[in-house]
Amino acid sequence: MSDVALSNGTNKGYRLPERFRPIVDDTSCKRCRRCVTECSYRAIDCVGDHIVATDGCVACGRCAAFCPTGSIEIETIPNQFPPHANFTERIRRGIMSQASTGGVLLSSCGTDVEHPVIFDELLLDAAQVTNPSIDPLREEIETITFLGRRSGKLTVSEKDSFSFISEIGPVIAMDMPLMIGHISLGSVSYNVQKALFTAAKELNIVAGSGEGGLHPDFYVYADHINSEIASGRFGVTSGYLNKVAAVEIKIGQGAKPGHGGHLPGEKVTDLISHTRMIPIGTDALSPYPHHDIYSIEDLQQLVSGLKEATEYRVPIGVKIAATHNVAAVSSGIVRAGADFLTIDGFRGGTGSSPRIIRDHAGMPIEVAVAVVDRRLTEEGLRNRVALCAGGSIRSSADMIKCIALGADVVMTCTAVLIAIGCHVCQQCHRGLCSWGIATQKPELTSRVDPGLAAMRVKNLLSAWNEELKEVLGAMGIDSVESLVGNRDRLRHFGANPRIAEIMGVKHVGEGWG
Amino acid sequence: MKVKESSFEEVVSAHDVGSVVVNGVIKGDMIIIRADQRDDLGHPLDFHALNAMIRKAVMTDCRRIVLEGVLGQRYVGSAASRVDLKIEVHGTPGNNLGAFLDGSTIEVFGNAQDLTGNTMNSGRIVVHGNAWDVTGLAARGGRILIRGDTGYRVGIHMKEYGGSKPAIVIGGTAKDYLGEYMAGGSVVVLGFGTRSGESPVGHNIGAGMHGGGILVRGTVSHHQLGRGAVFGEVTEDDTQKLEELITDFEDAFKMEVPRDWRAFSKVCPNTYRPFSGHYDPTLI
Repeated sequence: MSDVALSNGTNKGYRLPERFRPIVDDTSCKRCRRCVTECSYRAIDCVGDHIVATDGCVACGRCAAFCPTGSIEIETIPNQFPPHANFTERIRRGIMSQASTGGVLLSSCGTDVEHPVIFDELLLDAAQVTNPSIDPLREEIETITFLGRRSGKLTVSEKDSFSFISEIGPVIAMDMPLMIGHISLGSVSYNVQKALFTAAKELNIVAGSGEGGLHPDFYVYADHINSEIASGRFGVTSGYLNKVAAVEIKIGQGAKPGHGGHLPGEKVTDLISHTRMIPIGTDALSPYPHHDIYSIEDLQQLVSGLKEATEYRVPIGVKIAATHNVAAVSSGIVRAGADFLTIDGFRGGTGSSPRIIRDHAGMPIEVAVAVVDRRLTEEGLRNRVALCAGGSIRSSADMIKCIALGADVVMTCTAVLIAIGCHVCQQCHRGLCSWGIATQKPELTSRVDPGLAAMRVKNLLSAWNEELKEVLGAMGIDSVESLVGNRDRLRHFGANPRIAEIMGVKHVGEGWG
Repeated sequence: MKVKESSFEEVVSAHDVGSVVVNGVIKGDMIIIRADQRDDLGHPLDFHALNAMIRKAVMTDCRRIVLEGVLGQRYVGSAASRVDLKIEVHGTPGNNLGAFLDGSTIEVFGNAQDLTGNTMNSGRIVVHGNAWDVTGLAARGGRILIRGDTGYRVGIHMKEYGGSKPAIVIGGTAKDYLGEYMAGGSVVVLGFGTRSGESPVGHNIGAGMHGGGILVRGTVSHHQLGRGAVFGEVTEDDTQKLEELITDFEDAFKMEVPRDWRAFSKVCPNTYRPFSGHYDPTLI
């Protein structure tokens, strides 16, 4: 993909100004050329006896991180266009580039547009005097979380015996209310997926396979893998379905609601070809819709079909992108028999998405999870399903707020990739990731040590879980289940009280009595 | 939870099946299951119960499972993977017959409904009647032979991998969007029963296809092609493939098909990289 991937909209003399530049301190530089080797974007070179910046720096920070003498800093080049509040630099760069290529602008990672972040406008509650807090270092705080259908109702008969009424579907018990989201082999490398699966297994949580089947080497992690059935049905075989812990039908992805998937032929290497079960070098296209799902009834048919194919042994979930009618759609999904429901907010990451969709479609997960939780509760469906939510969960604070807004399980992707080196330069779609994450080039993928990466993911998520316990203790809650949908432990501290009203969250200053 | 006949008890225990009446008979390596039996309340056997029985039967060493009186139960034979197993369906199976099929053979003595062979990986489905919409959706391997007609969107997003090349042979006609989004494999339409002067296939044939080929015995006009589909020449490779598929079809249905290769039209993709040049990866 070299020519296209390295292009910078430079045709016909309409050259876009550079955005970043590595600055090398000539006095401390040892001329070891490590930076030149590390830069997969060829943005730094050795000319004569000097290391110099060439074009195409994406500020991935690889050169600076690996400079043995710390001689490199990445400079953000100031706006090279005349100031204009409306025709911003970003707008003008987009126009110039499209005028050169005639193409649909592509990007990756979650949107970087400065939409307001509702998580940052929510404040947590804490216990004082009347409801004492709990010290998590001395008292047990429960974070075990179940993924799957829990519609059972415990009743005590007249003869003092306990009995369950209604079916309890297969459930997965996880040690924390967290799962690693769907990151496919193809969007990331073998080593990265191995690291994520290892971490999930060791943390006793679940990691998503992403669309693209499962490499046979990863069958050992299958009991901690949530496999994805997307519209392309890549790599989906009965053998694969019967190994994994859960199966999730992917209808949509937060970063590109309504959009399909497209793995360019350049990324379909021998390895990817093997797991996706498609010829090497062909475009892997996931159609926009599932061609067997045009209605809730059709969805019900696929849910039941997967339950039959897996002999009712694993929970079957459905993942949708958070869009404006998310509550009604979610109600239909639960009625269609889904054991868990995943909502993916518009800030969620992607290995490749048209910029127009990534930046402009969908809705924030904070509102989506709150309205879905409320709708399902009103309709008496909430207890039937595990509600999972993701779409830019950046920290344990986001996770905790998301749970309080209604999620049973919180899903994270970008944060775990940052843990293993990602700098969020938003170039995943070019397949040149210098950190060896979003690439299939062997010389780059070898940069990730799966063991070290797994340890870092484990550290991160364990720390989040400890922080969750700290917060639960401070709130005087001894089990994370008691926080689910507990909006009373949140207050809105932002400019738009209408958002708080829709989420069912009180404003700061409003107490209980 | 009652079991009326005990002959099937050893393979289908009442506990596993739930509150349904089990009525199965074992003859040698064949198990016969009546799908039109009713429970004590007079309710027909639903797909959960029928498929649970079939799965139990699959777990034995039987080579043939004969389903009598099938009444539209869905997912029959789904994910069946024993290569030496044949499931015979008498009556009318419901949607998703043989979904995720991976090795076994299913033969239907009647009509199949929608989504037959959904996402099948390998195996064989033979239908002595019609098979309707979205037959062979996303099939990656195996073979589907249909004596009669098919509906809309048949062979959609079929793909191929390694030595695994799915094929659908349709004796009669197909409706719109045949082979839509196709990424591999073969769809053959023999066109028996086509009215004179008409095409055996509908419109938007091969829309969005980026692999594989569609071979139609009969006329196909340019306006019937979907976006991304073009006419190709019937090559010697194609006729070899046709010969093999048609011979299989003849054996399956005990009928003769003329080898008039010149009567075939071939529809193939105009590119294998439909998104080439569509995107602009520039750092904005």
